[in-house]
Amino acid sequence: MEDLVMYVTVFVLSMFVGFEVITKVPPTLHTPLMSGANAISGITIVGALIAAGSQNVGVAKVLGFIALVFATINVVGGFLVTHRMLEMFRRKD
Amino acid sequence: MKEVLVNLAYLVAASLFIFGLKNLSHPRTAVRGNLIGSVGMLIAVLVTLLDRRIVDLPLIIAGLVLGASIGMLLALRVQMTAMPQLVAIFNGLGGGASALVAGTALHEAVSRGTVPDTHLTTATVASGIIGAVTFFGSGVAFGKLQGLIRERPIRYSGEQVVKAAVFTVSLLLGALLVAGPDRIYLYWLMVGVASVLGVLLTIAIGGADMPVVIALLNSYSGLAAAATGFVLQNNALIISGSLVGASGIILTNLMCKAMNRSLLNVLFGGFGEVVSTEEDIYEGKVKATTPEEVALILEGARRVVIVPGYGMAVAQAQYAVRDLFNLLESRGVEVEFGIHPVAGRMPGHMNVLLAEVDIPYEKMKELEEINPTFDQTDVVIVIGANDVVNPSAQTDPKSPIAGMPVLEVWRAKTVVVIKRSLSPGFAGIPNPLFAMDNTLMLFADAKKAVQDIVNALKET
Repeated sequence: MEDLVMYVTVFVLSMFVGFEVITKVPPTLHTPLMSGANAISGITIVGALIAAGSQNVGVAKVLGFIALVFATINVVGGFLVTHRMLEMFRRKD
Repeated sequence: MKEVLVNLAYLVAASLFIFGLKNLSHPRTAVRGNLIGSVGMLIAVLVTLLDRRIVDLPLIIAGLVLGASIGMLLALRVQMTAMPQLVAIFNGLGGGASALVAGTALHEAVSRGTVPDTHLTTATVASGIIGAVTFFGSGVAFGKLQGLIRERPIRYSGEQVVKAAVFTVSLLLGALLVAGPDRIYLYWLMVGVASVLGVLLTIAIGGADMPVVIALLNSYSGLAAAATGFVLQNNALIISGSLVGASGIILTNLMCKAMNRSLLNVLFGGFGEVVSTEEDIYEGKVKATTPEEVALILEGARRVVIVPGYGMAVAQAQYAVRDLFNLLESRGVEVEFGIHPVAGRMPGHMNVLLAEVDIPYEKMKELEEINPTFDQTDVVIVIGANDVVNPSAQTDPKSPIAGMPVLEVWRAKTVVVIKRSLSPGFAGIPNPLFAMDNTLMLFADAKKAVQDIVNALKET
């Protein structure tokens, strides 16, 4: 139970941090913000690695593998396309 | 590796995400911000791989290589106009992965013979429902944006009851699972029902409401990751997931405000049927113009504002717009862009298209910035926008868009509206702007019209 309270605390505080940080992003950058944030939500790749790499067998293993592929597409594609967009905004400087 | 070290490394990764997002607050530092975030992700992945729980390395490498290749291919080949679709796909995959991970964790716990405690299964249920809704909701959003599914909202009588019922069933299945965590089939049944819910929720939304949906699904993908973090008791997932959740909520809110509608209204309300009064409004008052005439007017202008809308994206007109911008600027005309928050199909959609063609970001003005300047503006060129420049938002309290913040283009000396026809925008209402004394309609494809104006200007 103590663990749960700790995790909920982390969750709530991070939400506040998120609100503070993201409110400052100008509307011009909202699309890269979304795709960048989306790449960060690919952190679930950590869970996918654990799931696909564990001693699971059968269905669980297959599902873990699919999760890993999904999350990797999300992470790699997300960061890369965000980079592509942000480079366009920087070019004129 | 010691568990403490692993957890500290996750903390470093999460901190880098926060720093990265912080750097996104200015175009100059944003590239670095994104790189910092990706370093954080690399650390998280490497630490997980070094952790002794990983036993099947070849499978992992296969998954990483496959996923990375697909991701790179998508990211490098996508056109900027198709960015909303791509973000929808990525959102969906993230949410789907979270739901799968939570399910696999349940399988693992049960096969080990341990019965997961209540709060773990509750988190599993949350991850499963949110993840499935995100995956299938994003799938439908992708289909609509790509034109594979009818983009207009699909509505039917009793739809709210159907959605509420489906949602309740998924919750009930979740509750049963919490009561008896070893019944894994309940999890997948619940995920199946939540998938139906995801489809039902998104199929009812369309067109100009898409920015809200994309932002909301973005938020869900984060929340699903956070829920999976509770399942795995992993702070990296909880922190990152909630950051993204917060980001999506902020954007959703901004989009709703920009339409003066509540989130509930966007998700469940829609505009409804509107009685058309087009004829009385447009009758004999609409003045059509030619590219040559527009060029003549631009000749004498000192300040021009361009207002882009989704039509610019559809026609891929951004390159022609760039040419017009450069030509006018080279002749000493002050040119700025007025961008409505919900122009396009996702937040910031127009800005990305303009950045693609090297328009400096200082030239892209928000609604609050640009509105006071229209009085001193000689010519406004509206390209493929409609509802966001509709004066009835301010003049007609009974209009479906009453109270929506709009770009007050009509206050400029001359307004040129480039549009294929007088057909209404997403809100389905006529636009009195088109019939105003200082408005000229240029009926043409956006790209061709702008090119013709540029050519006519060059000849003079």
